[in-house]
Amino acid sequence: MSLDQSDVERIAYLARLAIDEQDIPQYTENLSSILQLVDEMQAIDTTGVEPLAHPLDGEQRLRVDEVSEMNQREQLQSVAPATEEGLFLVPKVIE
Amino acid sequence: MHTKSLTELAADLASGAVSSTELTQAYLDRIAALDSQYNSFITTTPEIALAQAKAADEARAAGQAGTYTGLPIAHKDLFCTEGVRTSCGSKMLDNFESPYDATVVAKFKAAGAVMLGKTNMDEFAMGSSNESSFYGASRNPWDTNRVPGGSSGGSAAAVAARLTPAATGSDTGGSIRQPAALCGITGIKPTYGRVSRYGMVAYASSLDQGGPMAQSAEDCALMLNVMAGFDKMDSTSSQRDVEDYSAKLNDSISGLRIGVPKEYMSDDLDPLIAERVQAGIKELEKLGATVKEISLPRTRMSIPAYYIIAPAEASSNLSRFDGVRYGHRCENPKDLMDLYTRTRKEGFGAEVKRRIMVGTYALCAGYYDAYYNKAQQIRRLIQQDFLAAFNEVDLILGPTTPHPAFKIGEKNNDPVSMYMEDIFTLSLNLAGLPGMSVPCGTVEGLPVGMQLIGNYFDEARLLNVAHQFQQVTDWHKQTPAGI
Repeated sequence: MSLDQSDVERIAYLARLAIDEQDIPQYTENLSSILQLVDEMQAIDTTGVEPLAHPLDGEQRLRVDEVSEMNQREQLQSVAPATEEGLFLVPKVIE
Repeated sequence: MHTKSLTELAADLASGAVSSTELTQAYLDRIAALDSQYNSFITTTPEIALAQAKAADEARAAGQAGTYTGLPIAHKDLFCTEGVRTSCGSKMLDNFESPYDATVVAKFKAAGAVMLGKTNMDEFAMGSSNESSFYGASRNPWDTNRVPGGSSGGSAAAVAARLTPAATGSDTGGSIRQPAALCGITGIKPTYGRVSRYGMVAYASSLDQGGPMAQSAEDCALMLNVMAGFDKMDSTSSQRDVEDYSAKLNDSISGLRIGVPKEYMSDDLDPLIAERVQAGIKELEKLGATVKEISLPRTRMSIPAYYIIAPAEASSNLSRFDGVRYGHRCENPKDLMDLYTRTRKEGFGAEVKRRIMVGTYALCAGYYDAYYNKAQQIRRLIQQDFLAAFNEVDLILGPTTPHPAFKIGEKNNDPVSMYMEDIFTLSLNLAGLPGMSVPCGTVEGLPVGMQLIGNYFDEARLLNVAHQFQQVTDWHKQTPAGI
């Protein structure tokens, strides 16, 4: 499967990555060659094979629903780029 | 002193031949004097190291020392270290001082280890050469024009140059074993779930596994005894009991059944590496092992399956880097979309962007079945191949890499040719099996490794076989010229 410029722009949008116009041909070429590599999978018959998501087919462990963690907001927000009164600041979303 | 193994240093500390403070200062001095040649550390932590060394010496004087008390360690820079930069080799986390410790880091602290610093790595552990690091490539101490491998290349280079006796690594598709092979050291990727992933920056969560990198199997056992074990903070951590990995090192391997996959000793493999691996097999036969050819027919398919599953999981994991809560944030974002897209454009390097985009594409509505689901089905088939093999043999053996270390810049314009270097290592991560790389010779002055693959939770056996091999060979003791 090979991609064109508009595919690359759409994927970049979905991935929330800004890319420069001049880099699009390089991305198109690299991604197409990677997809060509992964297309080798289609040669294998996997009819009826159960997908393997966890190597040991582990199941999600559950815990008792009770408070186990202390509030560490200050410590965890100390590395945030912008905060105010315990909230993360982002550009205005609603006018 | 710097050429001694972790095990020898532990004995020296125990006998009082050296103090942890003296040992730590010696390694810090070596790093300061020599690491400009190798670029194996992103951050050094001399103040922390000396404080921990002092505490270790005091603990020993008070009769409270354990096996690891006072021994130095370097952590791959994807293990979170409280108050110390945890960059993951990325501009995105260049300003990130973790507010907490990874479980692995906390365990080493609790065992009395001394942290020398944080080692260089491919950005977000995505790479096989260390060249994708924001801090520049680490260099192979055997030939500084060559790559140390990746992604734990800084850890491997630092151990090979004897700048630390031991380092942690992580392995998603070969990132402990491949750099260990290329730098002539010993490394083990445990069974998926054996070592906690908590606080280890995520790349592909169903494949990631931390592990030890050191001079020998005996040293790796010492480290794994500290690292392994259940952690409630990691939802896929195994609750199985942990063995004493040092206990069986000296067991005889007579009668051990070894399988050599014919797909590994193939045309993809440098014939000189094949010779070295064959010589290694002969040594194990002399120790009483029996060897037979086996088949892992889906080996080649591990490459496409991995390069869908890993990027798909990465695209999801790395969505957290959005400039809001921590890490890099672009200047003056005009709106939320601009904040996200520009922060990510500026913060991520080329290989990380490529993998995020491949993963995003593979998970798109309409392509999910053709890519992600198909890859997970192939993953099941690869696991079945291994399980069938383990009905006939106790251990699988082959090369770790198809070639010795390549030149810096040789492959970084062609992602697909770089991916092919992982052909012998990827399938273990897909199946979740433990594997290790052990030095078994050199080709034109460059070290090569043989890979031992075990059944689930068979780390003690891998370490036993590797240790027995290292009793009759000295490849693991060889160092680059001038070290």
